[in-house]
Amino acid sequence: MNKVSKDTFKQDKYKYGFVTDIESDKIPKGLNEDIIKLISKKKDEPQWMLDWRLNAFKRLQQMSPPKWVKAKFDDIDFQDIYYYASPKNFKDKPKSLEDVDPKLLETYEKLGIPLKEQKVLAGVAVDAVFDSVSVATTFKDKLDEIGVIFCPISEAIKKHPDLVRKYLGSVIPVTDHFYATLNSAVFSDGSFVYIPKGVRCPMELSTYFRINASETGQFERTLIVADEDSYVSYLEGCTAPMRDENQLHAANVELVALDNAEIKYSTVQNWYPGDENGIGGIYNFVTKRGLCKGNNSKISWTQVETGSAITWKYPSCILKGDNSKGEFYSVAITNNFQQADTGTKMIHLGKNTKSRIISKGISAGKSSNTYRGLVNFHRKAKNAKNFTQCDSLLVGDRCSAHTIPLTENSSNDSSIEHEATTSKISDDQLFYVMQRGLSAEEAQGIIVNGFCKEVLQNLPMEFAVEAQKLVNISLEGSVG
Amino acid sequence: MLNIKELNVSVEEKQIIKDLSLKVGSGEVHAIMGPNGSGKSTIAHTLAGNPNYEVTSGKIDFNNEDLLNMDPSERSLSGLFLAFQYPIELPGVTNASYLKQIVNVHRKHNGDKPIEAGEFLKMLKEKSSKLNIPMDMHSRFVNAGFSGGEKKKNEVLQLDLLNPNLVIMDETDSGLDVDALKSTSEAVNQLRSSKRSFIIITHYLRLLEYIEPDYVHVFQEGSIIESGDKSLANKIDTEGYAY
Repeated sequence: MNKVSKDTFKQDKYKYGFVTDIESDKIPKGLNEDIIKLISKKKDEPQWMLDWRLNAFKRLQQMSPPKWVKAKFDDIDFQDIYYYASPKNFKDKPKSLEDVDPKLLETYEKLGIPLKEQKVLAGVAVDAVFDSVSVATTFKDKLDEIGVIFCPISEAIKKHPDLVRKYLGSVIPVTDHFYATLNSAVFSDGSFVYIPKGVRCPMELSTYFRINASETGQFERTLIVADEDSYVSYLEGCTAPMRDENQLHAANVELVALDNAEIKYSTVQNWYPGDENGIGGIYNFVTKRGLCKGNNSKISWTQVETGSAITWKYPSCILKGDNSKGEFYSVAITNNFQQADTGTKMIHLGKNTKSRIISKGISAGKSSNTYRGLVNFHRKAKNAKNFTQCDSLLVGDRCSAHTIPLTENSSNDSSIEHEATTSKISDDQLFYVMQRGLSAEEAQGIIVNGFCKEVLQNLPMEFAVEAQKLVNISLEGSVG
Repeated sequence: MLNIKELNVSVEEKQIIKDLSLKVGSGEVHAIMGPNGSGKSTIAHTLAGNPNYEVTSGKIDFNNEDLLNMDPSERSLSGLFLAFQYPIELPGVTNASYLKQIVNVHRKHNGDKPIEAGEFLKMLKEKSSKLNIPMDMHSRFVNAGFSGGEKKKNEVLQLDLLNPNLVIMDETDSGLDVDALKSTSEAVNQLRSSKRSFIIITHYLRLLEYIEPDYVHVFQEGSIIESGDKSLANKIDTEGYAY
């Protein structure tokens, strides 16, 4: 235990840091109307979509990036980014997996996401997004049979324009804030999901995002609509190569749940976090918002955030329908020089709406980890209830944890419960577990996984085990 | 088995153990008795490698290896087990999965495959019943909200699961009622063998009536002041430590 001093770090723990050697087709760097037209053209989009993007871009020019995040970073030069990159000669998405470039299949295989259906995790359909394009979607036929639409959003824009036009931007308005508006102007690919009335989606739907090209931003756009009495569980995962530059990932995710519908959205975020000196890593500036539009609807966010140099996101729920429910379960781990400012917003508009927030922040190394949350009860939100629990765990004594919960209450008969704790992994706990034969890192892993248990158990079975391992890997080297 | 030579130990710059020497042979049971604050628990934690206890001089041989060169987990894997006086709580970690992990880390060290779930459950049931531990205790979090007695039984259960060759019991009797003391002692007696040695730290005779020691050492102000057989324990019981 005394052999290695605390706060010593090891490198090379990020096993997804490889680059796929595939030529990419990039449009010129920079952000202007021509670039947006070019992106739209690349995607062969209808005029209405281009108009929508251009409108967003017009609004963007009157906006500036927000600065209030509790993270330090240099200003981003938005003209110095490639806004679109795709594997070369990738004109149309291959019709079948046989036509997918073997290098891409190999990439996903290496990431543990086999795309060949016979190898795929049982019961999980995957949409694979590589830089700015979706390269494969599995189990499409099977889902088609029951009317579930699961496809890249670029395809949905062409094939299901009515649904997309109705819901795109309905939860995150085009002018929401700088990064959301930027996404609306330049978004490239992401997934579209529609679950028809009364259908319980029989398999997990999952999108796997991979950034490969350098100096490229990824602007994913995901839209999930659960029609009345339907249910869907959706999971996203993300990784990127190890590079010295910082790359921007600015996604918009919108969820809409109609009457009695339920959406469970899980994220395992493992973007490259930068090296042990804080060089490189992804800026993960993401807007995620769900609208419980219908009565008795439910939206549940579960996130395991282990990667990225900076994580800045607040998956939120607008509880509009009466008796609707919002949940937020989060584990955010920061090590070395990582910075995370994450949390949620629960906006209670309808009667008897309920929300539950469980946030677990773990900081190690010299990192900074902030929970920021807002619970708002509108005056019409009679009998609304919220429960919030924010726990922070510190590893070593050079990291920091912050909790910034905000409550706005205009409703008379609502109730809010808030609990917050900050603890350190105690030397006693480590010694006790090591006395039973576990190494310092295994001991820390068991303690941290215990701390996260309430959140991890909300992940779909197939991913809970992976997430547990990821929690351990993220903290490797942080204990002496 | 264990040979402690002229050991000096400090905690936060304060010397607690002074020139302690003690030999424990295979299969022997040694009781260390002494008043509160005499440094008994310091021996236990020093042997187990607690980093808060600083060895300033001396040597400890354990099965012909230099114990002081090993970290706590290496000591555990080479067969040293400490039953804690105050077992530590691990919130969120279920007892069953914790016990399975510690069993597997020892199996791995011995070159064995991880234990099958069914086999583990069978073993857990059998060993729990010896200690009157209900199985539902294993779905609770390790030591969290356990009564004093439950914590101590859980320590003895871990001892039984890990098969150590040197067991240090740090006031295992405190917090146990008569029935629990009986079943715990019986379980310990069943674990006595020619290959397994015990150091039992206590300040009451009570435990030694159930687990009969080969040697009794009286410990005061950081050193052993007298050694003898079981009759020494009886003497302390009637006359107190100030005899």
